[in-house]
Amino acid sequence: MNPVLLIDFGSTYTKVTAVDLDAPRLLGTSNSYTTVQTDINNGLAAALEKLEQTTGRLDFSARYACSSAAGGLRMLASGLVPELTAEAAKTASLGAGAKVLKTYAFKLNEDDAEEIKRLDPDIFLLCGGTDGGNTETVIHNAKVLAYVGGNYPIIYAGNRNASRECARILEGREVHIVENVMPAFGKLNIEPTQKQIRDVFLARIVQAKGLTEASELISGIMMPTPSAVMAAMKLLAEGTKTQTGIGDLVAVDVGGATTDIYSVCEGLPDDPRTSLKGLPEPYIKRTVEGDIGMRYSIRGIVDAAGLERIAKIAGVSEDQATETIDLFATKTDTLPFDATSQAVDEALASMAVRVAVKRHAGRLEELFGLGGLKLVQSGKNLVNVDKLIVTGGSLIHTEHTGRIASYGFYDGEEDPESLRPKQADVLVDRKYIIAAMGLLSEHHPDAALKIMKQELVKDDTAK
Amino acid sequence: MEKAKKTLVIGVIGADVHAVGNQILYHAFTDAGFNVINLGVMVSQEEFIAAAIETNADAIIVSSLYGQGELDCRGLREKCDEAGLENILLYVGGNIVIGKQPFDEVEKRFKAMGFDRSFPPGTPPEVDIEALKEDLHVED
Repeated sequence: MNPVLLIDFGSTYTKVTAVDLDAPRLLGTSNSYTTVQTDINNGLAAALEKLEQTTGRLDFSARYACSSAAGGLRMLASGLVPELTAEAAKTASLGAGAKVLKTYAFKLNEDDAEEIKRLDPDIFLLCGGTDGGNTETVIHNAKVLAYVGGNYPIIYAGNRNASRECARILEGREVHIVENVMPAFGKLNIEPTQKQIRDVFLARIVQAKGLTEASELISGIMMPTPSAVMAAMKLLAEGTKTQTGIGDLVAVDVGGATTDIYSVCEGLPDDPRTSLKGLPEPYIKRTVEGDIGMRYSIRGIVDAAGLERIAKIAGVSEDQATETIDLFATKTDTLPFDATSQAVDEALASMAVRVAVKRHAGRLEELFGLGGLKLVQSGKNLVNVDKLIVTGGSLIHTEHTGRIASYGFYDGEEDPESLRPKQADVLVDRKYIIAAMGLLSEHHPDAALKIMKQELVKDDTAK
Repeated sequence: MEKAKKTLVIGVIGADVHAVGNQILYHAFTDAGFNVINLGVMVSQEEFIAAAIETNADAIIVSSLYGQGELDCRGLREKCDEAGLENILLYVGGNIVIGKQPFDEVEKRFKAMGFDRSFPPGTPPEVDIEALKEDLHVED
């Protein structure tokens, strides 16, 4: 046996997963309540103790960790035009596993300056202008950042013609200059920025978040938890040299505060005559719905879906639904405790899945002009994706996962332009191992893929 | 050092899908030494403006071949002003109006809409290029 420990330092829980690389198989998982205030090692020690009660004493050959502690990797980003460099900056940050607090467009004003000071991010991503294009806005924004002050590093990924000048304006600050997120109009180049975000995270954030004490025990690879999830999904889709993957997929993670959606696919149109609108889409895309979550952001689900619909799906009265929702919203650690609260929780989860997948997926418009019918696609085409991976407490602790997940599918007349998956196998992360497998995949992709294939179970209750 | 190229944003406005002329203009302008951002067909006013802002463009050149140009172009100058592109050069060309109308009247109407120059159907690209060089002070 060759046991390896995977650790996920969360904001409220430290989760540990033990695997045997020789088999390879999952040995066990456990978690422990932790707060950032208390020493992060206590949480880890408690989780390990719980784990070893079921697995027996384990002599780990390696320990790898990811972290979303202390609010995750908190980033601010700025660009010029909202749909262009500002969107590219946001896409780059999300794809690097960051929590994007806000994305600014055009010139920062005094209100923005105050807000930036107040939010005090872990990293600021400064973008704007294509190479050779507008320099005025990004230079102005660099001046605002210099004026605001602070200790967080700034990553510059804007117009290359202004990079040196911005660095001079920000003298005395930690500034990293990388290639433009949009070097030419409509061209997306987010990898250099993402690599830089990860380097900064490793060099600085890990320390700042009080994870250094724990790092003595850890063999390495600290990354933001969403990056670990992305790595796992990429591996599951693509496979390794010796194992096939499961192909294109969409993954849904319904959390308490946000709902994250990942897609691994090209997402190109089915009909080659379709014209594409908007920015090119990344092959691996992550979107985060900050207003869609099962507890802290429960109101956002109600706003988006409507109380009437939630009550109807749950099969309860609107008053009963309201009562349960109020309870979940105020006492955020409440788990479903009876049939009504269970039904409401599932209805909310169904709508969270629907809204978040809908926002992640692209759209196909049919336009009739003098030249006849014209198809225009914006965003990613997920219609043919036939694997939907689901995780998150409300989805994995119920027998009705498939039914809930099916709300992510295309629903015809209700929203005919949406390019959501038509029909997909629902694979459930019952033991909550996806982030751990992403970590494991850095050094042991074959083991990580084998374990995911064993542990992500198909749910046939999809409607 | 090579002189900075002038940047043009070109495209076919509205629900118009005529792509051939757009390609011809793209090649002609590029060969004439311009940095050309080609948005292709079915381009909205907002897309012209967004592209011009990011690329710090010197001119927006709008094509319209299906007769709806007057409707599609209305308000573009005002939106450019609003977006901070106050002095950007605006050209329009193609079958920009319906039917056979005297072009000097058409030109006048587009002038009033804020277009610096309008070009009738069948204008060879060389004419546009001459005008661009003059208006943007490009020396050969």
